[in-house]
Amino acid sequence: MSKAADIELASVTKRYGVTTAVDAISLKIKAGTYCCLLGPSGCGKTSTLRMIAGHESVSDGDILLGNTVINDLPPARRGTAMMFQSYALFPHLDLVDNVAFSLKMKGMEKAERRDKALAMLRVMEMEPYAARRPAQLSGGQQQRVALARALITDPQALLLDEPLSALDPFLKVRMRAELKKLQASLGITFIHVTHSQEEAMALADVVVVMSGGRIEQAAHPREVFNRPATAFVARFMGEHNVIEGRAAGGGEGTTRFEVVGGASFLAPAVREAGAPVAIAVRSDKVRLGDGEPGFGFTGLVSAVEYRGSTVQVAVAAPGIDEFSVSVDEAEFFRAPLSVGEAVPLSWSREHVHVLA
Amino acid sequence: MTLTARLAPYLQAAPLALILGVFLLVPLLTILMVSFWDYDSIRIYPDFVTFNYEETLFSWVTWKTYLNTLKFAVIVWAITLFVGFWVAYFLAFHIRTTAMQLVLFLVCTVPFLTSNIIRMISWIPFLGRNGLLNSALVEAGIVAEPLEFLLFSEFAVVLAMVHLYTLFMVTPIFNTLMRIDRALIEAARDAGASGFQILTNVILPLAKPGIAIGSIFVVTLVMGDFITVRFMSGGQSASIGLMMANQMSLLQYPAAAANAVVLLAVVLIIVAGILRIVDIRKEL
Repeated sequence: MSKAADIELASVTKRYGVTTAVDAISLKIKAGTYCCLLGPSGCGKTSTLRMIAGHESVSDGDILLGNTVINDLPPARRGTAMMFQSYALFPHLDLVDNVAFSLKMKGMEKAERRDKALAMLRVMEMEPYAARRPAQLSGGQQQRVALARALITDPQALLLDEPLSALDPFLKVRMRAELKKLQASLGITFIHVTHSQEEAMALADVVVVMSGGRIEQAAHPREVFNRPATAFVARFMGEHNVIEGRAAGGGEGTTRFEVVGGASFLAPAVREAGAPVAIAVRSDKVRLGDGEPGFGFTGLVSAVEYRGSTVQVAVAAPGIDEFSVSVDEAEFFRAPLSVGEAVPLSWSREHVHVLA
Repeated sequence: MTLTARLAPYLQAAPLALILGVFLLVPLLTILMVSFWDYDSIRIYPDFVTFNYEETLFSWVTWKTYLNTLKFAVIVWAITLFVGFWVAYFLAFHIRTTAMQLVLFLVCTVPFLTSNIIRMISWIPFLGRNGLLNSALVEAGIVAEPLEFLLFSEFAVVLAMVHLYTLFMVTPIFNTLMRIDRALIEAARDAGASGFQILTNVILPLAKPGIAIGSIFVVTLVMGDFITVRFMSGGQSASIGLMMANQMSLLQYPAAAANAVVLLAVVLIIVAGILRIVDIRKEL
């Protein structure tokens, strides 16, 4: 295997006509990292991946692999390989010829390239199907063939465009584990585009959360989950409640802020009066019941959802939208709540996370 | 099952069966039957004789005519394939918007808004001895004398046939090209394929069914053509269709019928050959 190299994006921009899909993003991905580009559709994550792959031109900025600027290199000469969303296997070729395709393009002898392709199919445990056409395979098998085809070029980085989106939920989890294992054994950089935060958290060493063509946060999944940088990240990662308001006094490292409906909360940060303040509280850290003033409110139960080990209680209050509490199942059924009931909520000071 | 329930599928199949029966099967069987009849210069007699076939199969003239027709078929097929493929390729891969694709495709069909006889006749003032092309060439000093081969020649026949039949090649090829997943082309490029390699390793293999269907159209049309050959060759070239037309004008219906049966067999063999090479089922 070739040596993995760092990938660096230096204020990379992609414009389509007047719209900016990717807005001057800078990012450094260390060699051998499993990096997930995460975001809702239209956030620029796929454009970013395609620019790294060379299937989309860079409007501005530089992409570096190792110490080389690869902006103008054709895809095959960048040292990257791409796995396409629908796998893009050649329907008219059997698996061996699919995997050997890039070797054929290089002009390698037929016997030699078929041997190499078979060896790669063996690694992917697809050798028994070597003579089949892609249409005769299941989704998971197609993915393995697509991986084999991408890896036969011995890339320094593998680029995966929503690789799991075509699979059913069970297979998704299984192929996810396979991807992680493969990346660990190859030691090369994987850049994986996804819109599923669950997928990103399960796989990534670095999660890059994108929105509107910009990077909101790039960090280890644990960091992103526990300390989301922005309200967008907190909302997108889920299981966070975001409360936004304006500062109205405070002191000693805390700020009191008011939301539109009139309720006021305390945030462990210093802000000037009138400045916007946003905090995030994880829904599993919210307790039912009264607590310290400024760290809770009373709202009306708007929905109750049973999730197995927990019960998700949605609570509505003026100025606070989409506040949910996840309560331990046993605890919830000791004193069940019903929709429309008023319920006091509270959280402790250390669970308040101030957002930028 | 009640009687009506058992009859229902037959009733549902009946209209199509009726159409195929009346307009295809009955005429074919009639031709087959008449091909065994006897005839003289004024009428035909129900009979069972094989000399219509003997005359067709063992005559030097028939063989020459068949070879001539096959020659037209091969030349026209090759040219329409070349032109048709690139027109379809251009429409499918170089025109970005569907609206523009549709507009340009309709432009391709504009010649079909007139009858094919008019389309053929319109070549005459252009290609004739004192036609537009010849006078332009002479006046420009490119040739000293008008070119004779332009009209009433095999060149003219091939030209007119290419003009008439290229669209039959464009349409099915365009259809298959439009179905090629664009991600496949990116995947090929990702694997280091050059433009030419993408064409030969991805696009052409995937366009094969369209090429096969277009080829069937063109070959059958050329094999059965008589009007183009008659008009454009000025009577200097023969085709099987023309031979049959002549036989019919002499009231030799059984001979023409035998000829038609042989032609049908030849065309079916060609079509079977094309279908053996290319699997077109996924297109239908």
